[in-house]
Amino acid sequence: MAISTNYKRANKGSEFVRVALISIAVIFFVLILVIPLLSVFIKAFGEGVGLYFASISDPIALKAVKLTLITVIISVLFNTVFGLAVAWAVAKFRFKGKNLLITLIDLPFAVSPIVAGLIFVLLFSTTHGIFAPVLNALNLKIIFAPPGIIIATLFVTLPFVARELIPLMEAQGTTEEEAALTLGASGWKTFLYVTLPNIKWALIYGVMLTTARAAGEFGAVSVVSGHIRGLTNTLPLQVEILYNEYKFTAAFAVASLLTVIAIINLIVKSVSDWKIRK
Amino acid sequence: MSLRKNALRIKRKSVIPGFGITMGFSLLYISLLVLIPISMIFLNTSHMGLKSFWEVVYTERVLASLKLSFGTSFLAAIVNVFFGVLMAWVLVRYSFPGRRLIDGLIDLPFALPTAVAGITLTTLYAENGWIGKLFVPLGLKISYTPLGITLALIFISFPFVVRTIQPVLESIDLEAEEAAACLGATRFQTFYKIIIPELLPAIITGFALAFARALGEYGSVVFIAGNMPMKTEIAPLLIRTKLEQYDFAGATALAAVMLIISFIMILFINLTQWWASNRDEG
Repeated sequence: MAISTNYKRANKGSEFVRVALISIAVIFFVLILVIPLLSVFIKAFGEGVGLYFASISDPIALKAVKLTLITVIISVLFNTVFGLAVAWAVAKFRFKGKNLLITLIDLPFAVSPIVAGLIFVLLFSTTHGIFAPVLNALNLKIIFAPPGIIIATLFVTLPFVARELIPLMEAQGTTEEEAALTLGASGWKTFLYVTLPNIKWALIYGVMLTTARAAGEFGAVSVVSGHIRGLTNTLPLQVEILYNEYKFTAAFAVASLLTVIAIINLIVKSVSDWKIRK
Repeated sequence: MSLRKNALRIKRKSVIPGFGITMGFSLLYISLLVLIPISMIFLNTSHMGLKSFWEVVYTERVLASLKLSFGTSFLAAIVNVFFGVLMAWVLVRYSFPGRRLIDGLIDLPFALPTAVAGITLTTLYAENGWIGKLFVPLGLKISYTPLGITLALIFISFPFVVRTIQPVLESIDLEAEEAAACLGATRFQTFYKIIIPELLPAIITGFALAFARALGEYGSVVFIAGNMPMKTEIAPLLIRTKLEQYDFAGATALAAVMLIISFIMILFINLTQWWASNRDEG
């Protein structure tokens, strides 16, 4: 009997500490995360549903939605192909310099978004960029135009699909692929029918995360965009403009669209974690 | 001959196809999108020469912005280590109603656009905001002060500490704790002498990740900071301001400083990971 109480103490600690720690964690969680999350929607609907829908169906807001969608689609396409390719190379083969390559993949995530925007200004600005003569000769505009926004977003969202796939594919090893290949499947078929089903959920979450980050990128995009209304505004930039014009309800209405994407993202993550663990 | 050839090869032999094309494509993509663009910062800085680089960086305004960025990021990372360990502990060791909901929402700052976080926190903590109002009688201003900046940085870097510590805490063997308790250690002694050392690499990594993320953060901070030069102007914002004034040399020099700090943080994180895996094996 004495042993069993001791054992219980060793694992659980006192009930008082347990309740105290859970309370602190819950209070911190509510203050830091829940109240900000709820306040986005409360402020967005603060002046009624009518104004909310008027704010998000404003023609300039809709143009921002369109540019954001284009940016998201291109970022997801390119960075998914890249993520699959680099995860295949890193996880299924052994080679020198692997850790360096993984560090390079993470690099865009470690760089300040402002620096991320600046590097593309230094490349493509028509006044100061290294490619300025070429761009001027061809009459092309990248900075202060949609292509700059897309390139900066591609940079910022580069790591996400790869980061989700690499650890999972490394853990899964190569035995299943080797079995398929030995049985005569082609490399492409092996990938499609053996590898892809195994990494499906990590891939879905990687794509979702890329979508959320591409739609929400602010710092890098604000450096390269030039804030030309209806032309180079994405949703986060639209939020900033409305907020700085003291149109708070409209700003929070647009912000609520981005928050919904973030919440979907969290749901997909929970489902994907659960499926992978199973 | 074949042995020597093998030793010289970069890649080990494998029956799995596709190494050449996936590796080639990946390297090309990373070079075009990451390596060449980032090298532009150093290329442009090297044109400046050390003397003019120093003149640009060693000014009161730049130093004030770096001091502010370092100070607030450090403070935010420390707060997050404390609450991150606590939150990870509560999520891993206890079960209570709402635990899964909290676990799922921890990543919210990572998924929420920084501009949305920025306007929301500023509105909440302004003098007429829901939470800021409560601090007015205490004479405490949060939005538009370094305190507000720290708060925004706590928000955006919180998930990094929790998510680094959580898996390590999950994998800790309960037997060592039980042994300690059987030998008469109090619960606090067990935590302090057994669990904390085990978690130390994860705590350091989490701290470094949160600190690095906070240093570079822009979107959530610009709204809450007030952006007063010398007082509430963070380093990334100063880069942006210099760029808008067409001071390309100044912007690039400060960006080079920030990049070198990022590289040092990456190196530090990798060394910590390496130390942790060597320690576990040894």
